[in-house]
Amino acid sequence: MSPTTTAAFDAGLPYELHPQVAIRPEAFGGLAYHYGNRRLTFLKAPMLVELVEALGEYPSARAAIDTHVPEPRRPAVERALSGLLASEVIRVR
Amino acid sequence: MSADPALPAPARPSSLTDRFSRGLQAPICLTWELTYGCNLACVHCLSSSGRRDPRELTPAEARGVVDELHDLQVFYVNIGGGEPMIRPDFFDLISYAVDRGVGVKFSTNGTMLTRERAATLAGMDYVDVQISIDGADAATNDDVRGRGAFRAARQAMDNLAEAGFGPFKISIVVTRHNVAQLDAFERLAESYGAQLRLTRLRPSGRGADTWEELHPTQEQQRTLYHWLLDRPNVLTGDSFFHLSALGEPLEGLNLCGAGRVVCLIDPVGDVYACPFVLHEEFRAGSVRDAGGFTRVWRESELFTELREPQSAGACASCGSYDACRGGCMASKFFTGLPLDGPDPECVHGHGEAALEQLKLQPVVVPHPGPGHSKTRKPTAATREPVFLTLSRRG
Repeated sequence: MSPTTTAAFDAGLPYELHPQVAIRPEAFGGLAYHYGNRRLTFLKAPMLVELVEALGEYPSARAAIDTHVPEPRRPAVERALSGLLASEVIRVR
Repeated sequence: MSADPALPAPARPSSLTDRFSRGLQAPICLTWELTYGCNLACVHCLSSSGRRDPRELTPAEARGVVDELHDLQVFYVNIGGGEPMIRPDFFDLISYAVDRGVGVKFSTNGTMLTRERAATLAGMDYVDVQISIDGADAATNDDVRGRGAFRAARQAMDNLAEAGFGPFKISIVVTRHNVAQLDAFERLAESYGAQLRLTRLRPSGRGADTWEELHPTQEQQRTLYHWLLDRPNVLTGDSFFHLSALGEPLEGLNLCGAGRVVCLIDPVGDVYACPFVLHEEFRAGSVRDAGGFTRVWRESELFTELREPQSAGACASCGSYDACRGGCMASKFFTGLPLDGPDPECVHGHGEAALEQLKLQPVVVPHPGPGHSKTRKPTAATREPVFLTLSRRG
């Protein structure tokens, strides 16, 4: 993991797509490329792409999840966001 | 590509791996060879490079390719050759790419990487440099890459370090003669703060004629596997996935990405399924065709075919098939093995057995031909215009 990663994911905080990350949509979800650390990350569901792109518009990750993710998938999505924070695809706002 | 929590466990057949097998909107990993010109003549050159081809893409056409990659959201391109720095528009082109958000990783033999050029590169964002060597000392390296090649590569590394380029990559094709030097390569990389990259030797290009004597033995493959397993940070470009049949999977996607997640654009704009299959059979089209690269990637007959479910063939009954998925298509093709059977370097020895079978009869083994090599040995291959040669193997 990147040495700059400091805090663990907290769904109560506001997040956003990292400004150095570009996302390419694919049928399975999408590819996220970080121009800073040159890492490629796979987003494994189209819903996750939609969520990550919308994060910046919500007061907290939880609010974004509640709007974009059906309930049974929320724990898995929170784990995915935690991984995406660690690889700097998303960051705290 | 890095290990990532958003990735599934490697090698286990997952819906994501299956999706990748069925192709993507654009490649994840695109190799673009800018020129067939090269001032070295490595005996294993995958593209048989030497002379420039008069039909190579013009500077304007090359910028057109960059524009397309930008539109396709191809985030970075792996540039090679030949020696890409031979192209007079090399720096213009990589600056153009970077400015359009297409990152550049380029491979070079280092001979043209002067102090001035190292300083220029150090000032550019989104450019990665990969210096190729094939031995940890001049003797081992120069046997493969030619006299003076080691010293030139080390000079290039010194120049990058002096210019403050940052962590460049040192790239090695693993052969029978350098497997014993893995630790020495690691120390060399560490001494520069560089990243080590190991890739697999394929019987492609001039490698078709040297593969038998250069490819690692079974015992060396096992050594390599354990060495890599202990060092997940060593880059491999996913090239050793056939070794995952030895047990725990190696880092990476562990699938043959040809035409599915990877492809090659050659110096004249032809698009091939991967960098190791420069042969008419795996040519999908050209960036010069109507619709350009995008259409070749999305609609070509060859790529469409490669994205259909593949038969495991003779490997179907093997318990390791899910781990290695039959191995490398290019390695099978250029050793004359069926594509739906074992890799010639199958860790269970099924490939060696299949090659033994081939020896029993004269068989047509596809040959990459002389390509753009400067010196043509008078072999059957160079006399044969369709690049097929009758081989009695061994």
